[in-house]
Amino acid sequence: MNGSIVGSYVVPVHPHPLLVPEKNEGWGRIRAAFDEARNAIKESGADLLIIYSTTWPSIIGHQIQADPNPQWTLVDHDFHDLGSMDYSFNIDAEFAEAWNEANHNRGLQSRTVAYHGFPIDVGSVVALKLLNPDNAIPAVIVSSNVYANRSETTVLAKACLDVIQKTGRKAVAVTAMSMSNRMFTEFIEPSEDRIHSLKDDEWNRKVLEFLEEGRLEDVAQLSRTIHQQIRVQKVVTFKPMWWLSAMNGNRNNLTGRILAYEALHGAGGAVVQLDPTSTGMGDKEYDEDDVEYYKGERNVLSADEDATVSEESITPSTGPALWEPPEGKGAVNSKAAPKPVGMYPHARQVGDLLYLSGVGPRQPGTNTIPGGPIRDGEGNPVEYDIKAQTRAVVENIARILEEAGSSMDKIVDVTSFLVDMDRDFAGYNEVWAETLGHYGPTRTTLAIRALPTPIAVEMKVIAKI
Amino acid sequence: MTELVPSLMAKGSIVAGCIAPHPPHLVYAENPPQNEPTSEGGWEQLRWGYERLRESLSKVDHDVLVLLSPHWQTYVGTHFLGLSHFEGLSVDPVFPNLFRYEYNLNIDVELSQAIHDKASNSGLAVKMMKNPDFRVDYGTITTGHMVNPAFDKPLVVISSNRSTDYYSVEVMQEMMMELGRVTREAIEESGKKAVILASNSLSHRHFTTETDVPEDMSKEHIASHAMHLWDMRIIDYIRTGQAQRILDEMPEFTEQAIAESDGGGLTWLLSTLSVPDYPGILHGYGTIIGTGNAVVEWPCHSHEGGSQ
Repeated sequence: MNGSIVGSYVVPVHPHPLLVPEKNEGWGRIRAAFDEARNAIKESGADLLIIYSTTWPSIIGHQIQADPNPQWTLVDHDFHDLGSMDYSFNIDAEFAEAWNEANHNRGLQSRTVAYHGFPIDVGSVVALKLLNPDNAIPAVIVSSNVYANRSETTVLAKACLDVIQKTGRKAVAVTAMSMSNRMFTEFIEPSEDRIHSLKDDEWNRKVLEFLEEGRLEDVAQLSRTIHQQIRVQKVVTFKPMWWLSAMNGNRNNLTGRILAYEALHGAGGAVVQLDPTSTGMGDKEYDEDDVEYYKGERNVLSADEDATVSEESITPSTGPALWEPPEGKGAVNSKAAPKPVGMYPHARQVGDLLYLSGVGPRQPGTNTIPGGPIRDGEGNPVEYDIKAQTRAVVENIARILEEAGSSMDKIVDVTSFLVDMDRDFAGYNEVWAETLGHYGPTRTTLAIRALPTPIAVEMKVIAKI
Repeated sequence: MTELVPSLMAKGSIVAGCIAPHPPHLVYAENPPQNEPTSEGGWEQLRWGYERLRESLSKVDHDVLVLLSPHWQTYVGTHFLGLSHFEGLSVDPVFPNLFRYEYNLNIDVELSQAIHDKASNSGLAVKMMKNPDFRVDYGTITTGHMVNPAFDKPLVVISSNRSTDYYSVEVMQEMMMELGRVTREAIEESGKKAVILASNSLSHRHFTTETDVPEDMSKEHIASHAMHLWDMRIIDYIRTGQAQRILDEMPEFTEQAIAESDGGGLTWLLSTLSVPDYPGILHGYGTIIGTGNAVVEWPCHSHEGGSQ
């Protein structure tokens, strides 16, 4: 089946547009924008609403609501005087369970919750009551994990997309979140509401300008900066944009519309529509990892397991057999270098020149790969550190040169091979500048499809003796 | 405004001040009839600590429990439960598998209003919560249950203003010292005997996974050595009567131990006790999903000048 994201929305979390839109013109405009979004969702033919809510924090991984019909009366902790919010929602429990399983398949910690009286958060309640008041479209809600980084949040989205594609759903993705989230810390009259500061207002407008241009991935990559600039630091970070961008393929060419932008007790509340239709405008300029499987530290319950990656986990479990390097005229072999994967020496001397076979980052003796392999035993791509791999390559080169009686300062020419130029060039180049770059050899860098072992970088070196 | 007439009444007092942490695991482990999930026990060190606290408080006459909960988080001012009775079902949003509790509690609205009014006069932003549909936070319920499972004494419940998040620990302390001062004054003017409860852990770095059997104590330990060192440092100050040093080091403690003192409860508690220079009684210490928790009592009823 071919499922897809048919629309995405950013909506505010405050209860004012739901409970008292008439008390402030701006709150009324937010309410009207919710209505417009609701109509657009209906017209899109969506058959699933997915809410990522910043007002549902979680600690043990992500939580996904799986009660088919949660009912309660919610009262906001701060704005309890605005009234109560009765709710009765239509949750797609089957999808929630499938998403939870997909999360586990991608290495995430997550669980579903299906308990009578479970406190559904204010952001989700406002979003669902205003975007889907008749419960015509089944919904699913996911929490915002307080410890989740970009990798975890991205993989969360990809697991969701797995299920959307598998089930053929036409889904709408919604982030319930504030833009700037600094509220007034004192009580104000509705008529006094405004964005807390000019600085917050200016940042909000810049972020909204990006979104209007469809540059969702740019906003996601600026997430940490935006958080530093306009967010109350210890309240949930600006991570929803990581999720929303990943739900849209990390694109920068969506069609964006700002349906409303107003103050909600000082915070920035915006209703934004992001249509997946390409504007043909800017493509992404991707400079962060595109993570498929989460490999971060989560197993902290065992006292004897360290948070760092173990040696065992970075030892390639598959790959070609290792060979004893052959001896021959001019051959140079080093026990301090990793064994070759074929019948060739580490280096060969011809006159006063030394030609090194391709050198990778594998470690002599253990065959482990500093920074981790690029795929696991089943061939699934995994996270790795290109800088650590590049440093290990340089160290292996130094060992072979030393064995041959040469040294780093006598390197004449280097040819480097990267299996993922887009992802790795910057990190590789940085380590180069710190190491080999100091000695001034010529260099050529090539992108290739694969290397025999699960490594990302290899170098071919010519040096003088 | 309160209708109490201080000059005609016996002076009220704070008879004890307590750190009374609220992880729902403790209620889960006790299998009380109010809580739906059942367990095989667990976290006994802390639960025995609470037993000792309850025994100690049972010997001290008191009328009301005054509690500040970090899980009623308010960003706009400090709020007080303002209706006389609340009941309903509380489900922990983080550990719903452990805590689904039918609560039924009474509020001393008169004293709540009195503290509210004094705080307002001091320039703090405050509000009474009078929406009958409001669900009481699970921190309040857990601490309330562990201190007084019968819920047969009225409570004053105060929200946690997140001034640490918005400003700094220093600003939080200024506000909570003032809130503590007016809390003490209101209690004294009320003629009532009160127990103060700061519902917070010490170090607060959680594990991010949970075992299949949550009460499997072979998996329970402090999250890190650094957290342990901070907890022991604070407990040492408590046991040696150096509360002022806790306040002095609160910014570092709160930041480095990710401590739940960020909610203001500990500062508020020490302020209500006029920053005690006598030892607190450590009834128990233990970890819960990696966080450090201490059950502590300052028995101010037996210390002249302690809170008077």
